[in-house]
Amino acid sequence: MAAPPAIDVDGLRVVRGGRVVLDALSLAVPAGTVTGLLGPSGSGKSTLLRAIVGVQVVEGGTVTVLGLPAGSAGLRARVAYATQAASVYDDLSVHENLAYFAAVLGTPAAGDVERVLREVGLTGEAGDVVGRLSGGQRSRVSLAVALLGAPELLVLDEPTVGLDPLLRAELWDLFHRLAGSGKTLLVSSHVMDEATRCDDLVLLRDGAVLARATPAELLARTGAADAEEAFLRLVRTAP
Amino acid sequence: MTGRRTLATARRVLAQLRRDPRTVALLLLVPMLLLWLLELVFDGQPGTFDRIGPALLALFPFVVMFLVTSVTTLRERTSGTLERLLSMPLGRLDLLLGYALAFGLVAVVQAVLASVLMLGPLGLDVAGPAWLLVVVAVVDAVLGCALGLFVSAFARTEFQAVQFMPAVVLPQFLLCGLLVPRDEMGAVLEAISAVLPLSYAVDAMQRLTVEADVSVRVLVDLAVVGAAIVLSLALGAATLRRRTA
Repeated sequence: MAAPPAIDVDGLRVVRGGRVVLDALSLAVPAGTVTGLLGPSGSGKSTLLRAIVGVQVVEGGTVTVLGLPAGSAGLRARVAYATQAASVYDDLSVHENLAYFAAVLGTPAAGDVERVLREVGLTGEAGDVVGRLSGGQRSRVSLAVALLGAPELLVLDEPTVGLDPLLRAELWDLFHRLAGSGKTLLVSSHVMDEATRCDDLVLLRDGAVLARATPAELLARTGAADAEEAFLRLVRTAP
Repeated sequence: MTGRRTLATARRVLAQLRRDPRTVALLLLVPMLLLWLLELVFDGQPGTFDRIGPALLALFPFVVMFLVTSVTTLRERTSGTLERLLSMPLGRLDLLLGYALAFGLVAVVQAVLASVLMLGPLGLDVAGPAWLLVVVAVVDAVLGCALGLFVSAFARTEFQAVQFMPAVVLPQFLLCGLLVPRDEMGAVLEAISAVLPLSYAVDAMQRLTVEADVSVRVLVDLAVVGAAIVLSLALGAATLRRRTA
């Protein structure tokens, strides 16, 4: 018997500002995997992630996360979320930011802040005020907040945007280590070459799932040489 | 809601303030400079300064704390940290009480400094006990914080938040009984002024100015302002939504 999915979305409909962003969207994300959510900007990626985290007003359908309705109080320490724009305090130091969010999570483990600082490679910047960091460093602080504690599901909205190739490779290694320890990761990106780093892919277009496949399946199905080409072929042949 | 998370939030807000010494200086000095200016304006009429000084001691910290609190909490909303916090195990009251505690502390320092200036160098002469004057000033500054927290829920931008100051504060100033005694207003205006918390703060100050003994009315006034603080915080928590469009 297969394990229940970490995320189960059924018939989700979201309307924002009078515009239908997601409609009749259904999706299951298996536990212990890194799933990439890909699609052009405006395809509804962030809205879907917000619905999964439970901060989005939804019009219809159900979103079940770790067996509970999305946004349940019981999920708030089990689901970590990093928004696309770095959601951290610019006027606090890196360490002060992490210490505060750790206190909010109720993370008891001493050294948790130091652990996430190492994981995102910001140990040397711990005392720096976030507002004076580079854009890439700021988004790593925001990612570090999502790594605090022991979340079972990590929902990361474009976590690697603006980072150099070396750092991106390191973070993807980290994501796979986390998945290896049983955590589930849902990572959005509009950079198609990141697709090959995922176990599983969800291609979103105009608020609907265009394709669902592993990177190898996607290339085989479309006969494309890379993920970007595969995506273009899918879009062009879609009804 | 847990005390630990409330305290962590208060500490975080104070840490942010510490990084902004100019704001702290403005917060503490502006009410004092305004009160000093008031004393200079009424230099030739010491009776007038004694009459309206206490009321303005209630008003200035109230206005400053209202503005600062509403803009700061709005910054939390626009920076995305509010959404992040509300997706975490943080109670809505944890957040509001954390802010109220941090700014309440600033309000205490501010109101104490302003009161000491008034009673000392500016030579304000009051019949009632000076410590109670300080208490009313502090409670009123905390009321400014609580109202600022509440109205920030209705502002989408900092520009809007600033506009709430004249909208929320100035009517209370006009109707609080300082310009015209409340019982000389029309019935409608008097009824409106009876539901505005600043009216009670100013009433308490005016009684302390002329009455040597602490009357029950002063304590009732203080209780009403305290209730308005609790109500503002409760409404603020109720209007904070974890899910947004």
